[in-house]
Amino acid sequence: MLLFISKRLGLAILVAFTVSFISFTLLFLAGDPAAALAGETASGEDIEAIRKLYGFDRPMLVQYADWLLSAIQGDFGESYYFRLPVAPLIAERLSVTMTLGVCGITFALLTAVPLGVAAAIRPNSFIDRLALFLSVAGQAMPSFWFGLILIVIFAIQLGWLPPSGASSPMHFIMPTIVLGYYAMPAIMRLTRAGMLEVLSSDYIRTARAKGAPEGRVLFRHALRNAIIPVVSLAAVQMGFMLGGSIVVESIFALHGAGYLAWESIARNDLPTVQALILVFSMFYIVFTFLADVLNAWLDPRMRSS
Amino acid sequence: MKTTWLKSSIAGIALIAATGGAWADKANDTLRVAFTKELENVDSFFNSSREGVVLQRAIWDGLIYRDPVTNEYKGNLATSWEWIDDTTLEFKLREGVTFHNGEPFNADDVVYTVNFVSKEENGVKTQRNVNWMESAEKIDDYTVRIHLKEKFPAAIEFLSGPVSMYPDEYYAKVGPSGMGLEPVGTGPYKVVSVVPGQHFVLEKNENYHDSPKGQPEITNIDIRTIPDVNTQMAELFSGSLDLIWQVPADQAEKLAEMDQFTVKNESTMRVGYLSMDAAGRSGESPFTDLRVRQAVNHAINRQELVDALLKGQSKVVWTPCFPSQFGCVEEAAKTYDYDPEKAKALLAEAGYPDGFTTELYAYRDREYAEAILSYLNAVGIETDFKFLQYSALRELNMKGEVPLAFLTWGSFSINDASAMVSQFFKHGSLDDARDDQVLADLTVADSSTDPEERIEHYAKAIERITEQAYWAPMFSYNTNYVYTNEVEYTPTADEVLRFTTMSWK
Repeated sequence: MLLFISKRLGLAILVAFTVSFISFTLLFLAGDPAAALAGETASGEDIEAIRKLYGFDRPMLVQYADWLLSAIQGDFGESYYFRLPVAPLIAERLSVTMTLGVCGITFALLTAVPLGVAAAIRPNSFIDRLALFLSVAGQAMPSFWFGLILIVIFAIQLGWLPPSGASSPMHFIMPTIVLGYYAMPAIMRLTRAGMLEVLSSDYIRTARAKGAPEGRVLFRHALRNAIIPVVSLAAVQMGFMLGGSIVVESIFALHGAGYLAWESIARNDLPTVQALILVFSMFYIVFTFLADVLNAWLDPRMRSS
Repeated sequence: MKTTWLKSSIAGIALIAATGGAWADKANDTLRVAFTKELENVDSFFNSSREGVVLQRAIWDGLIYRDPVTNEYKGNLATSWEWIDDTTLEFKLREGVTFHNGEPFNADDVVYTVNFVSKEENGVKTQRNVNWMESAEKIDDYTVRIHLKEKFPAAIEFLSGPVSMYPDEYYAKVGPSGMGLEPVGTGPYKVVSVVPGQHFVLEKNENYHDSPKGQPEITNIDIRTIPDVNTQMAELFSGSLDLIWQVPADQAEKLAEMDQFTVKNESTMRVGYLSMDAAGRSGESPFTDLRVRQAVNHAINRQELVDALLKGQSKVVWTPCFPSQFGCVEEAAKTYDYDPEKAKALLAEAGYPDGFTTELYAYRDREYAEAILSYLNAVGIETDFKFLQYSALRELNMKGEVPLAFLTWGSFSINDASAMVSQFFKHGSLDDARDDQVLADLTVADSSTDPEERIEHYAKAIERITEQAYWAPMFSYNTNYVYTNEVEYTPTADEVLRFTTMSWK
């Protein structure tokens, strides 16, 4: 097990650095960082001055090595745009994104798994149709539109919730629903499909035949097996939510890490983008790892292999 | 984070329970405003955004103030000034002014600020705002001289705009990053808190000096960054914002129909234009032919663009500068009436009877660019349309690889033609005309201290640029301000929100 973990960890570090190197190269190809930094009102001389000041006139590999050395020591440098150290900037934004991500995935799981189970118990029933309708709607509705509809209903018409911002838990209700609803359909369909397959298997028939109560059959025998692919999917969805909640963060003015990444790319703010990409890739790695551990716990066969 | 969260959640629920929503504005004497863009740094020398200018005018003061309506220069931190010679300005400073942190304002602050910002290695973001200054010299506690690198007649305009005075001791201690987080100035508003890029809270400066900006009336200003215009409108509807600006024309039209909001439209200094590669920097370019450039100018129905798309206070512009700018002589500009037939004839004359295909670049206002390209298509100029990030287009532009581009320029709200025409026609890296005659006239106009002479040479340059049709200047931009009926405010034509001129009805 220890060997397994250290192997995975070594691989994870390699993946993180490959990702950071590729992103570094891509950012350089995307546009002149000095021109982006100088802003719209700068003259050619301003841009040249900035190029020298930030060392953009050096070879790209030297700049990357420079960044890498500092990053290893935990120094992510200063944001070109904000002129503030990157680490606290990202930490502050991540707390918003993490809150949103955890709430979103919880909401998605709490709605999708019960719905998927219910739909699988009675295929083609009203509840199955309802679940299908909800998942199709969730997949088809763009989040910016759904977000605005919620704002119109709950913030403007009813006045129950604040339209945007992050200053209280109330502010997170609508973003959680929008973000969670986006992840829900896939989780629900997978739960339903998994349950349908498991419910028709021999060991469920055996369990029922020996007279096990239906609840025990469903949750102890069936769901435990059906949920395994769902755990992996949820881990990927969680990673996606942390890095990709740009639209939701933008609509609800949540100033999270996703929005920061999006904006920083447009601003060619290399230190911020680099640090964020590293953090996001770490998230994916950590969540996939956790999902594997969780699956191993759910399925003893995985533990032995 | 967790504990403050818990506290704020309890406080939030309590507040909502008690008031049925946190919607109170006038009662708390707090004006709530939205910014669209995340401001990079509140330190005004280290940002280049409109939001930064708004905060700069609230937090700091310059030596001079330009009345945004009459364009008259008045003393602010200086009470008087005079030119000692062509490159030396002497100021008498106002006595009894203190910074928000209690530091008294005197000649040392001016000397420190000017000497700091004028040094290139200190990295002031917009070098042009400060690089005309050589240094400052203290004569006595309330007399100071600013030495210029060379003759620079727009000095007064710059000193009334982007050059604010900073407290020497504090700035020496905290630097630009510290100033960005805890700004200290002499201005009408003090900074209570800054969450970088997101949230800015200001409070009235009770000890504000007798400034031409006027005394602040509203006690608190609460500014949040809300990137999505629709969300801003939702906040406005739900009563949790009082003022939004830079509202798109179609949204503003809808808001104007509602009784509870005031919608005001004002012009900005931003000018939209087509730039053509007349010098042939991008290789074989049809635009090296004057007749092709004239054809482009005749092909575009500017009035229709203004009426259908820009609306509001936008106007057709024929000059390579904004008409209110000193030296931007409108009469000198040659105008081209909308005449597609003439455009086609000119193209045929130039050897393109069936037109040609060119790349057209743009970086903002895609719908305007698309309207422009349809006019060009109509006379036979087919376009390969490329929409890029500003920095990417800028880079191509500087390398001289852009045959035709729809560009805009806002002049940093500096009311002097040198801030626009001289930026693009003095053989710099962005100059696609490279006309020696224009260069000669602009050089005189930019450095002469005789206003008459300046006007004469700007007029000559403008005449030459428009006769040669190096650009197709098109229109000025406008912006919409939307605020609740409880707010009293008259926006100005320079796209700067001035909190000192806002009050409750």
